[in-house]
Amino acid sequence: MGSETDLPGGVSPPAEGAFCCWCGRSAGSCDGAACRRALDPPRFCPVCGRRLRVLVTPSGMTASCGEHGPLAE
Amino acid sequence: MSRTLIAEAGEQLLDRREQLTLDQLAALAEVPDTSIPSLTALAHEVRLAWCGPEVEVEGILSAKTGGCPEDCHFCSQSSRFETPVLATPFLDADEVLRAAEETARLGASEFCIVLAVRGPDERTMRRILELVPLVRDRVGINVAVSAGILTDDQARRFAEGGVHRYNHNLETARSYFPQIVTTHSFEERFETCRLVREHGMELCCGVLLGMGETPAQRIELIGQLREVEPAEVPVNFLNPRPGTPLGDRPLVEPLEALRWIALFRLGLPSVILRYAGGREVTLRELQALGLTSGINALIVGNYLTTLGRSPEADLQMLEDLRMPIGALSKVL
Ligand code: SF4
Ligand SMILES: [Zn+2]
Ligand SMILES: [Zn+2]
Repeated sequence: MGSETDLPGGVSPPAEGAFCCWCGRSAGSCDGAACRRALDPPRFCPVCGRRLRVLVTPSGMTASCGEHGPLAE
Repeated sequence: MSRTLIAEAGEQLLDRREQLTLDQLAALAEVPDTSIPSLTALAHEVRLAWCGPEVEVEGILSAKTGGCPEDCHFCSQSSRFETPVLATPFLDADEVLRAAEETARLGASEFCIVLAVRGPDERTMRRILELVPLVRDRVGINVAVSAGILTDDQARRFAEGGVHRYNHNLETARSYFPQIVTTHSFEERFETCRLVREHGMELCCGVLLGMGETPAQRIELIGQLREVEPAEVPVNFLNPRPGTPLGDRPLVEPLEALRWIALFRLGLPSVILRYAGGREVTLRELQALGLTSGINALIVGNYLTTLGRSPEADLQMLEDLRMPIGALSKVL
């Protein structure tokens, strides 16, 4: 984990979490930086690993977990 | 050899205003890399002569994401593949209106509402038909819709309901289509394209390059696009999606992407040729070159499930190229 890069939509993925928000595996079992593809929104909740509800609009995006709410803006 | 081919094509398209044959396009597809700048320069001239300097800007919104029963092998929204995209139901009218307003603020003249469905059921038809006039009248933007395969009656209702342009992609050549989709046929797509035009909507009919098709199949596809007579052709490059059957395919190389942009312009001189998905990862630093290789429209901002580069960067690119933003229609 630990990509601090801001996403174009203004959403910053949390730096630390139990799960990788790009591939959904538990933190440490993947290389978070490598999981992240260019211009993909985060897809998994860093707290519980569930898939996020992602809303992509022309000039932004939001991502939220059914359990843990929206990813921090 | 290449110089003669390119010069002949120029004379035919610019002086005599005649289309090239598919054989001519196939020969042009084989020019060496060193001739690509001449090929793209001709494509740019053809675009200016047939369409003018304006660039049409469009925004798109996935209004119903994922959970699609079809199996298009490139698509992260198919329910047949395990992908990270969570299915979400139809957005409410306010969310769609907000996105349309964002789009209009970016200078776009077209807003496309896209749904991940095989085709619209009656409930979806009604929702779309409510949304179209609402967005058009409140936001003052042309509304396009992409909702899959249509029946004759559905195409008529969309046309009467004010849908300006309907998007339905051929994606790939007829001969390669069965490798990419097994849940519906190329003919079904072709028929929807025909219905769209028959009922008086503009047809937006896109392609997706880089799925393993051969150069000959790309030329074949240009021929099939000519048959459906689209107003607009969005050119997508495969951005391989994790979990899909094409998830491990390599990207199209930047110079090849430019070669094929030029060939699509030379083959379809009058269409609105739009930069669409995958251009950022495929072309990287060469994105501006697409606009001097035949592209005369772009999708601004984000895509359906992936992000684009910043709208400011695209608008700056157009300004730097001295290409004014304008609404286009097919000129014939
Ligand atoms: S029909 Fe559209 S949404 Fe459904 S799988 Fe094919 S490309 Fe994806
Ligand atoms: Zn990961
Ligand atoms: Zn969660």
